[in-house]
Amino acid sequence: MNLALDVMNYAVMGAFIVVGLSQIMAMIRVVIGPDVGDRILALDTMVVNAIGLIVLLGLSQGTRIYFEASLIIAMLGFVSTVAYARFVLRGDIIE
Amino acid sequence: MNWELIGIWAVTFWLVIGAIFTLVGAIGLLKFNDGMTRLHAPTKVGTVGIGSLLLASIIHSFVFGDGAVHEVLIMAFLFVTAPISANFIAKVNMHRRNCDGPPDLPEGELWATYDVPEGDEATEVPAQPDTR
Repeated sequence: MNLALDVMNYAVMGAFIVVGLSQIMAMIRVVIGPDVGDRILALDTMVVNAIGLIVLLGLSQGTRIYFEASLIIAMLGFVSTVAYARFVLRGDIIE
Repeated sequence: MNWELIGIWAVTFWLVIGAIFTLVGAIGLLKFNDGMTRLHAPTKVGTVGIGSLLLASIIHSFVFGDGAVHEVLIMAFLFVTAPISANFIAKVNMHRRNCDGPPDLPEGELWATYDVPEGDEATEVPAQPDTR
């Protein structure tokens, strides 16, 4: 029982480190580009990774109050990705 | 080996799976060398990676608390929207001519994504100069 709890805590810590590392990698792709499509894609990945980090935070603290935050980030991330892609494609978001 | 122990090991398993897929997607996003190829990798983050983390969270709440399946909402939303945003990003890549175009169609037909409706030509963005 204690062994399982220890292993799970280590897994939570490792998942935090790995998802944070992925967030930094996506951030590097935002910076180096080279084109606007890659930057939109990297921002989309960063939103998804942020959802993962918030879910891990709620899991590690044992609370459920972070659920709404991650749901709102999921929705706004999709809307912002589509809006940015439309802006690049059409030069206008709402025609 | 009671149910609580099995639940804790299941949480650990799904956490590890989600972390591995998230890392693989990020490495692919960083290391692949072509715009359309890079589009391929982060879809794993959006589906398997986040799906596994949310599954771990669901199992955790069932083991340590009352239990709730709220996370299914996030999962469903991400699974519905991920293909749409991937489609949009692919269109951005195609219209900015970052990749090989689709093959020519016979008899002057146009691919739907390049087919500008009548009277809508003014809003078509011309091929932008290379600003990289």
